[in-house]
Amino acid sequence: MGRAWLLGDGISTDAIMPGRFNLTTDPDALARACLCEARPEFAENVRPGDVIVAGRNFGCGSSREHAPVSIRANGVVAVVAVGFARIFARNAVNIGLPVIRCGEAVAAIADGDEVEVDTRTGTVTSGGRTFAGEPPSALAMRIAEAGGLVELVRGAGWAALEEAPV
Amino acid sequence: MGTLVEEIISNRLGRQVVAGDTVVAPVDCAFAHDVTAPLAIEAFERMGTPLHDPGRVVLVFDHVMPAATVAAAELHVRIRRFAADHAVRNLFAEGICHIIMVERGYARPGGIVVGADSHSTTYGALGCFSTGMGSTDVGVILATGRTWFRVPETLRVEVTGELAAPLTAKDVALHVLGRIGGDGADYMAVEWGGETVERMSLDQRLTLANLSADMGGKAGLCEVDDTTLAGSSPVEGVPIPHPRSPHYADVLHVDLSSLQPQVAMPPAADNVHDIGDVEGTPIDEVYIGSCTNGRLEDMEVVAGYLAGRTVHPNTRTVVVPASRRIYTEALRRGWIETIIEAGALVMNPGCGPCLGRQHGVVAAGERVVSTSNRNYPGRMGSPDAEIYLTSPAVAAATAVAGRITDPRRHN
Ligand code: SF4
Repeated sequence: MGRAWLLGDGISTDAIMPGRFNLTTDPDALARACLCEARPEFAENVRPGDVIVAGRNFGCGSSREHAPVSIRANGVVAVVAVGFARIFARNAVNIGLPVIRCGEAVAAIADGDEVEVDTRTGTVTSGGRTFAGEPPSALAMRIAEAGGLVELVRGAGWAALEEAPV
Repeated sequence: MGTLVEEIISNRLGRQVVAGDTVVAPVDCAFAHDVTAPLAIEAFERMGTPLHDPGRVVLVFDHVMPAATVAAAELHVRIRRFAADHAVRNLFAEGICHIIMVERGYARPGGIVVGADSHSTTYGALGCFSTGMGSTDVGVILATGRTWFRVPETLRVEVTGELAAPLTAKDVALHVLGRIGGDGADYMAVEWGGETVERMSLDQRLTLANLSADMGGKAGLCEVDDTTLAGSSPVEGVPIPHPRSPHYADVLHVDLSSLQPQVAMPPAADNVHDIGDVEGTPIDEVYIGSCTNGRLEDMEVVAGYLAGRTVHPNTRTVVVPASRRIYTEALRRGWIETIIEAGALVMNPGCGPCLGRQHGVVAAGERVVSTSNRNYPGRMGSPDAEIYLTSPAVAAATAVAGRITDPRRHN
């Protein structure tokens, strides 16, 4: 169980990780700069287990993977949103940050609410209500189970993806 | 059979694929730049294998080049060390990655290209499948030469009507972006066609494909024709792709007869208005350049407008030719001299101030006109600056007047 950090529509990777802070690959440095303009109190107050809850097109804009890295490095266990920009969603899955599409949950959850996310089924629970989010694709599940794309391909090669329909 | 993107991928895999299929495909060339390469290198190193093929890797220093801070310089050193260790020779510090990929022939009709940058959609204008991914994906491509993707559905944009100066492909793309929104082509390929696109130069088509990324597009493509083949050579051994009995998820018709110069207002590129809505807004900085509009034709438009004129004293004007080839050609033609004499600052080829780290970082309360593709808060510096996206023609007229200006008033 964690708390919800509520964000609006169209939160770009420039907002998650402004360009002037991403000249590093150090997860701790990136974590400190995460959302520093959109939610200046975020990095200081976020706790492991918290969840980001956002509107449409979360992570739009630049492909910078520093954005999902910075969110994960803060201990956020999942991002629940109405929708995700393509590259952000792919990057997040690749590094083991679950992303769940669930417009109903986003509409119902307020900032600071207690939230629990089942990242295998896409189910979001908050305030005694349960919302059926979109479950992750078979491919995303396989990447998550392996611990990330690098771990999956390093272990099983591309055959792991080519053999089974995804 | 299929849309342009289905044809390209089917040709490369030697079997018919359709939208919705997930495939593992070979990648002709993958690139990363000075911001995304370091994370890609870390992902590659975790793979623990040799580089699949150094000849298929391109590394570009463009985002902060030359380095403006010690942190940026250290990233450059790491990339150079990686290149030396793995015999990567395709190392460029002569302009924006997306321009280099076209100029140097890494992106070619019929090919598959992946870049660790969102605007890797740009070379779809050549009739290849090119898309942006993150650093981890590119790191895995460095190790395996392959990647996975879902074959995208296609939005066909059919453009008809005369596109007369000062209107350009930028106005067409912004207009479409305003109509469908920043997620209007999410996960889709945007296929640009119609008589107007057929008449466009390659420079103009590259602008359409570039801005497809800002519609959420996974790819932006134009059909291959004589214009394409005059500026690029197809991948050997694969047929030149053409849409054949395509099934489009959606078709958007754009008629240019009443198109006005377009301006994307803050806070996002899909907040698009006719110029009349914002004319007269005072502007502190004009940035002309980027992977959207730093090409030779853009320099020509800007020099043509600035000839015999002076930029407004309150409006610092930064012009950044997108590559060394563009820069030297514009120099040879006298355009750079014209631009400098008008009072603009001309910077070395690269991303310039587009991403807020160098060459014109903006303060709170300042207003910017930029010919790039992004105007999110904080993009060019302070989150309290306002960024307006326009064509080079509008940007040049604005630089002279010091306020957003319709170039048609001063022709
Ligand atoms: S010019 Fe701007 S949008 Fe284009 S690659 Fe550089 S930073 Fe990205």
